[in-house]
Amino acid sequence: MSGNQFMFYLFAAIIVIFSILTVTSRKILRAATFLLFVLVATSGLYFMLNYQFLAAVQLTVYAGGIVVLIIFSILLTSHISEKLELIKPYKRIFSAISVIAGALLCIITILDYKFAANTAVASEINMNVIGRDLLNYGYDGYILPFEVISILLLAAMIASIVIAKKIK
Amino acid sequence: MNEGIPLNYFLILATILFFVGIYGFLTRKNLITILMSVELILNSVNINFVAFNKYLYPGKLQGHFFTLFIIAVAAAEAAVAIAIIINMYRNFNSINVEEADEMKY
Amino acid sequence: MIDFSYTLFIVLIPLAMFLLLGLQGHKMKSFAGVLGTIGLGISWILSLFTAYEYFFIAGKVDGIFKPIIAFNTVWLHMTEYLHIDIGILLDPISVMMLVVITTVSFMVHFYSLGYMKGEKGFERFFAKLSLFTFSMLGLVVATNIFQMYIFWELVGVSSYLLIGFYYERPSAVAASKKAFIVTRFADLGFLIGILILSFNTKTFDFITLTDIHGPAIATGAGASFLGMSVMTWSLIFVFMGGAGKSAMFPLHIWLPDAMEGPTPVSALIHAATMVVAGVYLVARLFPIYAISAPEGLMVVGYVGCFSSLFAAVIACTQMDIKRVLAYSTMSQIGYMMVGLGVSKYGGEAGLGYMAAMFHLFTHAMFKALLFLGAGAIIHAVHTNYMNEMGGLRKYLPITHITFLIACLTISGVPLLSAFFSKDEILTAAYHNNQLIFFVQLFVAGLTAFYMFRLYFRVFWNKEPHYHHTPHESPLTMTIPLMFLAVAAIFTGYIPFSHFVSSDGVPFTSEIEMGIAIPSVLVGLIGIFIAFIMYKKESDLPEKVAGGFKFFYKWAYHKFYFDELYLFVTRKIIFRYISRPVAWFDRHIVDGTMNGIASMTSFMSYQIRGFQSGQLQQYAYVFVSGVIGLALVVIYLLIH
Repeated sequence: MSGNQFMFYLFAAIIVIFSILTVTSRKILRAATFLLFVLVATSGLYFMLNYQFLAAVQLTVYAGGIVVLIIFSILLTSHISEKLELIKPYKRIFSAISVIAGALLCIITILDYKFAANTAVASEINMNVIGRDLLNYGYDGYILPFEVISILLLAAMIASIVIAKKIK
Repeated sequence: MNEGIPLNYFLILATILFFVGIYGFLTRKNLITILMSVELILNSVNINFVAFNKYLYPGKLQGHFFTLFIIAVAAAEAAVAIAIIINMYRNFNSINVEEADEMKY
Repeated sequence: MIDFSYTLFIVLIPLAMFLLLGLQGHKMKSFAGVLGTIGLGISWILSLFTAYEYFFIAGKVDGIFKPIIAFNTVWLHMTEYLHIDIGILLDPISVMMLVVITTVSFMVHFYSLGYMKGEKGFERFFAKLSLFTFSMLGLVVATNIFQMYIFWELVGVSSYLLIGFYYERPSAVAASKKAFIVTRFADLGFLIGILILSFNTKTFDFITLTDIHGPAIATGAGASFLGMSVMTWSLIFVFMGGAGKSAMFPLHIWLPDAMEGPTPVSALIHAATMVVAGVYLVARLFPIYAISAPEGLMVVGYVGCFSSLFAAVIACTQMDIKRVLAYSTMSQIGYMMVGLGVSKYGGEAGLGYMAAMFHLFTHAMFKALLFLGAGAIIHAVHTNYMNEMGGLRKYLPITHITFLIACLTISGVPLLSAFFSKDEILTAAYHNNQLIFFVQLFVAGLTAFYMFRLYFRVFWNKEPHYHHTPHESPLTMTIPLMFLAVAAIFTGYIPFSHFVSSDGVPFTSEIEMGIAIPSVLVGLIGIFIAFIMYKKESDLPEKVAGGFKFFYKWAYHKFYFDELYLFVTRKIIFRYISRPVAWFDRHIVDGTMNGIASMTSFMSYQIRGFQSGQLQQYAYVFVSGVIGLALVVIYLLIH
């Protein structure tokens, strides 16, 4: 088995196992930690696929920002030592059934489909290219989403402050 | 760098992650755990986009940039969601999703 | 060609007054009465002017008074052949009726300023009087039979509103309901008649229907049913409507009870105008009656004759002065129906038609005078009953003189108006149907008797103890009395046959001495008998009543017709028909509706769980739905 495949199976195993643990764990802080592992493994996948910038962003924003935010809010609102309640068994079973059915449906469809693999050589992705593409206002440029995202982040910032501030 | 791993494997991985996230969304009581499940779903979508970009369109970068923007939006959304959760905690003194049922018959 | 469109104002001014007084009357208080009277005064002057223009200036065309359409628009257009118009038709009888209605209505308005002063519903009264005048005017100028039916119903409604004017009195409410229901029942016949008539002649329009050279009269001769032609049947049904409105037997029961309304209302509606609507209807359709449906005309004549006799007999026994006058009205309308019933079409042979219309004219004047005088009497002594009155000639001089003039008129004393009109009816009857002639002659005698019984009991006889001295009415009440008295005396001299005749051709009519002398004699005998019995206090009336004990009791109770009708409706119709129908309606029809509603609410209660407010339930349904749809699309639609 080549190194590539080994890394892939490792990351895949981490992702699957820890995601299942996240959604079934009864202690909330442990769930957050498991989520962190899932996100780090995902960024590992990106590294493997040679998208270094994306992997870095994933680590910084997702793992570093969002998980920290989640942990803060857990500390603010819950009793962290308390065991989480589970919902009624019949609801769990029905959800599991529908989820498994959906997963099977998708997997069978994916396996059935013949993807036309493209064997063109990938060009090197470096910060130069990414930066120029982000500011490119011609065809195939991403300046508009870039600006929109910045406004969105501003709006989200203001919204969070307004929603969460204490009313005197 | 991608010999040996067919595209399907990435897609199957993403699918499994997606449905695990949905299961978590449907079965968790605490709002924050629901939020964590939503993050799982978004992540699965990211993996999907990146895989397609790498395997089917190696010369272009649309999947890559889309993923970038999804990460940015997910961050913003998580921030606002936390703010709402904090607000709800202040009003109902609990973040149990079954308590937020004002819009019922 | 003279433009008669100003006649539209005659009809519309009372309508405007009704709307104005009805909506704003409570702010105007007593000014409302003055306003209503002024409005009607304008209509009155316009009617007189119309009459002058129609009869003297527009005059005869080819020797005939032709009908003139002053105004006609299509009101409801359904198909090319079926459309209901609203318009104004001027011909001799409609112009005459315009004059009669506006004159009497104006006098009644003027009188009501005094009579109804200080009453609680003063403005309401004048608004309703204006509504009534509008409806009646619309009825007489109708260009087609459907418009007449519409205004017929409107008149019925106005009468209901006015009879029930004192709505806090249960007897008034019952009387207004009775009037409305009986006339409505008669209108059922009217509607059936209209439908049969228009189905066979394909038109509603009067001018087309009554054109003797036209298609309507010709088609009537065709189909027949049970031995009489279709036209006869339809006209008999139409007459049923007229009989209801004119209180002919057996639909007369509402008229005496209608006296519960205020006296000016009785004068206007139940003496001079509304009750003659039936006569007017028959006169309007007279060409068809005379030519295509002579059996119908026979029915008209006999019904009128019987009603006349019936009412006169009852009037001899009644104690309430307004009821005596009500039965007298019924009797006189019987005279008018007789006049129409014995008439033939055309020129001299149409003497009965002309006489009936002439009698309508004079009757309106003297009957209104009688009622208004009765109102003055009631106003003075605060009671309706003859046995509580007497010797009033000392206290009410003007009322006394005018009332006397009216009583002399109705009794057919020569040189007063009704002598001429009644005489012509008797002449027409004599030449066509001797039985009816003799009955009507006898009724003339009875009329004189009961009217003078009334007169002597009220103004002469023994004076009972009055709580406070009766006083003469104010000027607003006596001026109309005087005006109507003058009219009662002098309208007889109008050469009516020069203006009104059955086919529009004027003719001259003279008094036949052979008829006049017996009728005057019979009248004088009646007066004399009443003089003996009632002028001074005596016990002669009781002895006579005792002699006829059985007959007297039946006449006093109006031959028990009210009780008969009540029995039929209560015991038979209500118990065996209405009650099961009501049960069905309440339990089955309503039950079905309630059942559907309760089933709907039950089902919605069951499915309200969908809206639980639980976020995860919604998400679960969403996900399952998407997966299901995906399965369907992928495996059923694509493969």
